[in-house]
Amino acid sequence: MRNSIVVLISLFIVGCGESTKENNPVIEEEIEEIVRNPINVVEGDDISVEVYDFETIQPFLNKKNDKVNVINFWATWCKPCVAELPYFEDLGEKDPDVEITLISLDFPKMIDEQVIPFIKENELKSEVIVLDDPNGNEWIPKIDPDWSGAIPATIIYNQEESTFYEQSFTFEELEKEVNKFKTK
Amino acid sequence: MKLLKYTPILAAAFLISCGGESTENEENNTEDSVDTTTVVEEVEEEVEKMTGYSVGDYATDFSLKNIDDNMVSLADFPEANGFIVVFTCNHCPYAVANEDRIIALDAKYKDQGYPVIAINPNDPEVNEEDSFENMKVRAEEKGFTFPYLIDEGQEIYPQYGATKTPHVYLLEKTEEGNRVAYIGAIDDNTNEPENVTEKYLENAVDALIAGEEIAVTETVAIGCSIKTKE
Repeated sequence: MRNSIVVLISLFIVGCGESTKENNPVIEEEIEEIVRNPINVVEGDDISVEVYDFETIQPFLNKKNDKVNVINFWATWCKPCVAELPYFEDLGEKDPDVEITLISLDFPKMIDEQVIPFIKENELKSEVIVLDDPNGNEWIPKIDPDWSGAIPATIIYNQEESTFYEQSFTFEELEKEVNKFKTK
Repeated sequence: MKLLKYTPILAAAFLISCGGESTENEENNTEDSVDTTTVVEEVEEEVEKMTGYSVGDYATDFSLKNIDDNMVSLADFPEANGFIVVFTCNHCPYAVANEDRIIALDAKYKDQGYPVIAINPNDPEVNEEDSFENMKVRAEEKGFTFPYLIDEGQEIYPQYGATKTPHVYLLEKTEEGNRVAYIGAIDDNTNEPENVTEKYLENAVDALIAGEEIAVTETVAIGCSIKTKE
């Protein structure tokens, strides 16, 4: 409901240009940074990786911005995930209206041995966070009722809608899906 | 879908605040709604494409090559009351994390009529670690006490509907065939076996043995997608 209010107020401003002043606080709230409450932060090699459980990761899955948000579930040991990562990176770099978040499902004890070196070697520019929540049976259906738990998996969403994909992407497929969210 | 819900509100807002612009925006909103419907239809098509067994279906038998070079079928186990069929592999860390648990399951349930049958569904050409030779090596290293079969030609896993490793199908032998009794994960904590609180698969096997209803018949867990050539 808050979304619709923000949209409504934005429209009033665009449409009539009268109530700009009194509605400014709402606009600021809209572009506010997401709330970060990681359960752990692993640091090494000048890289810092935040670790979240399913509850604290929610803000990343519900960003209140004007972008197309792309959430990719991956792991350093997952070959098809690693194969498609450059496409997410390229799209994030090429398109300022797209925000990529890479959610690693690497085992938490492997973050300093695997995830941080991987970020460094591949010079990842998208944000990488780790989801550490052992009971997939609880949270996987909350991401999507049809997700079998196989990775790679991706969510694309904006303020209006959200689609879940249990598949690998080529760059063209990814760009095409993301563009569907822009015609709104 | 949210957009559809808000469309009337948006249109109303324009009418109230700036009547002159409403027509144009109503048109835009109509176009948006059409786009949204298209997306929903495509998603539904994807769901329909998903195949495989549900709990209550009867699972196909197979004849797959074991690491001892003999062919193995479910029909080779006339004394069994059912089977713990585990799609698993060498390369996937989630599968590896469950290896000791799979060995323990076979030790506990083989004598009670529910042996483990492990099947590697991956195309070894995609990942050398999952080759037949490497399956033999891994089984030897870990001391597998159960068949470890290769799904050559990858014809069996799609019939079951396995999508990842590990992916478990508990089968109950009935007069009509091998009935699927449980699909999913071994337990609720792949990362830390010491912190497992729910042993989904064991609970299901115990229920079958006791002749009781299985409380939880389907679960999901993170796993490695099954590897196929494009």
